[in-house]
Amino acid sequence: MAEAAITVEGARKKYGGKGGAHALDGLDLRVGRGTVHGVLGPNGAGKTTLVRILSTLLRPDAGRIEVAGHDVVTQAYAVRLRIGLLGQHAALDEELGGRENLELFGRLHHLGARTARARAGELLERFDLAGTGRRPVRAYSGGMRRRLDLAASLITEPEVLFLDEPTTGLDPRGRSEVWAAVRSLVGGGTTVLLATQHLEEADQLADRISVVDAGRVIADGTADELKAATGADRIDVVLRDAGQLGAAVALLPMTAVSVDPDRRLLSAPVADRMAALSGVVQALQEAGIEAEDVALRRPTLDEVFLHLTGEDHRVKESA
Amino acid sequence: MSIGASTGAYALTDSWTMTRRELARWARQPAQVAVGLVFPVMLLLMFGYLVGGGRGVSGDYIDYLVPGMLALTMAFGLEGTMLAVTRDLDKGVIDRFRSMPMADGAVLVGRSAADMLQSTLVLAVLAGAGYALGWRAHGGPGGFLGAVGLLLLFRFAMLWIGIHLALLAGRPELIQAVQILVWPVGFLSNAFAAPRSMPDWLGTAVEWNPMSQTATAVRDLLGGPGGESGHVGAAVLWPLVLLAVFLPSALRRFARLSR
Repeated sequence: MAEAAITVEGARKKYGGKGGAHALDGLDLRVGRGTVHGVLGPNGAGKTTLVRILSTLLRPDAGRIEVAGHDVVTQAYAVRLRIGLLGQHAALDEELGGRENLELFGRLHHLGARTARARAGELLERFDLAGTGRRPVRAYSGGMRRRLDLAASLITEPEVLFLDEPTTGLDPRGRSEVWAAVRSLVGGGTTVLLATQHLEEADQLADRISVVDAGRVIADGTADELKAATGADRIDVVLRDAGQLGAAVALLPMTAVSVDPDRRLLSAPVADRMAALSGVVQALQEAGIEAEDVALRRPTLDEVFLHLTGEDHRVKESA
Repeated sequence: MSIGASTGAYALTDSWTMTRRELARWARQPAQVAVGLVFPVMLLLMFGYLVGGGRGVSGDYIDYLVPGMLALTMAFGLEGTMLAVTRDLDKGVIDRFRSMPMADGAVLVGRSAADMLQSTLVLAVLAGAGYALGWRAHGGPGGFLGAVGLLLLFRFAMLWIGIHLALLAGRPELIQAVQILVWPVGFLSNAFAAPRSMPDWLGTAVEWNPMSQTATAVRDLLGGPGGESGHVGAAVLWPLVLLAVFLPSALRRFARLSR
């Protein structure tokens, strides 16, 4: 693996004294320089705590944590010189315009007035915000706000960029805008750590993914490796008549079919997507069983977790 | 958090940048700034003419009322400070500042500088309005400067209480509670009426209110009715006591954001 931009060994963090739960419980992570690394997990898995520790906002209770070659606790200033942070909420001054915000953050990075101004103009151009003029951020759309937020975190071309749920609360258009912006960074040598609870987002952007649960990494690999390990894609079949579910299960050319009578739904993991699709459609037609919907889909995060943890508590919770 | 000497060099620049940010916000919201300046004047007009009277006050009421209003306005500044700090905390702006290589404390120093500047402006506008209504300072330039100094010192204490409360609460919902509480504390003072006109227990409480000490000392320095000599010491001491408690504890709270 390439030289590490982020090294986390045995990170521990507990909130609220004695009774508190561990937000991080011996988490290990290594992110190669110039890569995009996804940290995937449900709410409360410890993703935000990890990002806050890596960006020097929070002190860990224990562990060795280095970002861009510097210790986040003892060399916080050196780390701050080299990072950009995109938190869960757009951290901008709502009353000021885009340019004013960027110049403010540029001056706080000690770029000097002229450089800060030039850099602000450059970033506004790059993130397609040059036309916003003096309009206050308050009047921006969600996607624009997030793009400006991203621009603000790139004010000094950071070595390491942290993205914490970068597309939460955005509509599909806003999401694809942010994804495109993140993709444009890759190749520039910036290391990106992306914390997300959306499998699709990690799949779209990350070179490698660490799956986090209860403050530890429970699986690690490329998106393909993880998907292969978790039973790959699934096929969902919704029948018109719930009474035919039993008959349909017997007909389907696959094993491990799960049945949800309330939704008249059959679901099964598939290896070869196209063969499975045509096989199912054909089998149902021949038996004269009417289907309302037949669809291929990626495993959900629930299913990934179900597989990785071998527990079904999450499925029950979300059901 | 020990970040090393590297941030010290930027302490002034960063604080100034943070102050300028606030000035830029003012330029963007002239109406809001105007309301902040006019509101105390409206209170002055209301108590001067509408409610009027000034129970237990001998002499010209306007000379009693204006110093009281000046002190009250400084007390109400607490709300503005708390609101601004809470807003930045809530929006995650303070997190972004903390993840940047800025000087320690520049966030709070910038806040203080901007709020003190705004309060000086408020004092000037309110004093001007008082002048138009017939209020005159009789204490000479020394007394005038002393009075301004005492008022700003009191405001500075209120400022750090505001920062402390914002860091303590951390949520915008709690601002309302403080906004409501500031009123009785502000009005349980000698701003509008002399304590001797009140029931004994209330009068005593009112006399102990630090704001009353500042108002009485200002009246003394400006030669208005209700001024009693010997209160300047208390008007210096009280804010210093409040600062001794709330300034370090606000700084501690700010450092504890990383816990």
